[in-house]
Amino acid sequence: MNPRRIFAVFLRQFYLMRGNFPRFLTLFIWVVLDIILWGFMTRYLNSMVGHSYNFVPAILGAVLLWGFMNRVMMGVAMAFMEDCWARNFLNVFASPITIGEYVSGLVLSSIATSTIGLAIMLGLATLIFGLSVFSYGIMVFPFLLVLFMVGIALGVFATSIMLRFGPAAEWLVWPMPAVLSPFAGVFYPLSVLPHWMRSVAHILPPSYVFEGIRAIARGHAVAPHLLVWAIGLAVVYILLAALFFLRTYRMVVRTGRLARYSAEGG
Amino acid sequence: MVLLVSNLRKSYEGKTAVDGVSFQVGAHEVVGLLGPNGAGKTTTISMILGVLSPGGGTIEIDGIDIAVSRSDALSRTNFAAVYASLPGNMTVMENLRVFGLMYDVQHLQQRIEELVEAFELAPFRHQRCGSLSSGEQMRVNLSKAMLNSPRLLLLDEPTASLDPSAARDIRDKIRAFAAESESGVLWTSHNMYEVEAVCDRVLFMSHGKILLEGDPRALPAAHGKATLDDLFIAVAREPLTLGEG
Repeated sequence: MNPRRIFAVFLRQFYLMRGNFPRFLTLFIWVVLDIILWGFMTRYLNSMVGHSYNFVPAILGAVLLWGFMNRVMMGVAMAFMEDCWARNFLNVFASPITIGEYVSGLVLSSIATSTIGLAIMLGLATLIFGLSVFSYGIMVFPFLLVLFMVGIALGVFATSIMLRFGPAAEWLVWPMPAVLSPFAGVFYPLSVLPHWMRSVAHILPPSYVFEGIRAIARGHAVAPHLLVWAIGLAVVYILLAALFFLRTYRMVVRTGRLARYSAEGG
Repeated sequence: MVLLVSNLRKSYEGKTAVDGVSFQVGAHEVVGLLGPNGAGKTTTISMILGVLSPGGGTIEIDGIDIAVSRSDALSRTNFAAVYASLPGNMTVMENLRVFGLMYDVQHLQQRIEELVEAFELAPFRHQRCGSLSSGEQMRVNLSKAMLNSPRLLLLDEPTASLDPSAARDIRDKIRAFAAESESGVLWTSHNMYEVEAVCDRVLFMSHGKILLEGDPRALPAAHGKATLDDLFIAVAREPLTLGEG
């Protein structure tokens, strides 16, 4: 792994953000709107139930953490899409950069963009709606870790889909988090789901995070072995996504799809 | 030898695009890869650039087999093609910095300054590449292609969209690059005047094979044709009457 080549992928994203304010705005505008919407919703719900339950850590915290995972995924996917839209694949993949370096560069870009998004979401949720991440205790770290890893895995999976099917496959990528959300139990306990959906939820690492958040909101402890299981599952997701990307890359190099992204004729 | 291609093959969907092609490019040499559309030139170049895997055969760049050490081999090459412009939403300097890092160029800022001066890009330093004219964009592409002082420079129709003056300027720069460095150039073009002016040797491809090879100034007469243009047309229309068919 050559760190300069990894940095090149990150630097490209930095230049794009620096030179285009709307691009920078997309890092946080949607999550800010989500925080505002759900912030007032939790305030309303709290006013209905009085002091018997606090919806802020359970609902607003879930929105924030789910938004973080989406930002991580989109950070990877958007960095890749920039190369797709600019028809830059030939320039990139004909250079000495390795697949590992390229994907690492995408992940580095995502870490930067999702950190900005998380900081803005946290600031807003804390200052306006009184969310305190300290209410989760040290559990906030494994929660963030699991969601970060799943976001990376989803982002790498999404880029593989676009690499395989071309820029038109964007429409398959955008709704991915929305498709997962009902199974992950972001806003409700898994116990309300039918059996088959619960079975799916059990293989989704984020479901353990959101069950953990609700447990803490009720004043219960989070079973550490469940978080260890979630982290283990997230590692498997990352490995599977990396394998899928590698296989897809080899396939597009073999079939000529990668060369045809830019070159024609001959 | 900066490029050694041996028995290269590629088929897609049952159609043979490149059929047992072998050739080499030496240091200081500019070799023209010619042929009609669909002859297999871009497929050959894509395989040399590592963005298309061969169905058979080997490619060695500066003695390194691309199938064995892809990254090492590609660090000794670079390319410019009319269909592979640099991202238009970044400035000239930003593009050169990003690709300089990708090619792990040492003393990058100094190298960029040399190329900006050589390709007369100073007025456009902070201009986005997408807003440049096609001639200016090609100069930026060539600067990027020279960033790592490649042993093998691949140029796929680099003057296709340029006016005669800009095209001559590019040709002079490429000739000077081959003469002054230890590098070789593989050049494709449909402009036979240009090929005669620039190339030391040409390879005529048709239907995925190399039909003819030789000095572009002597080859037409050797095959009973008046000009390289006539020879090109004969290769395109009557390949069986030439070479081994």
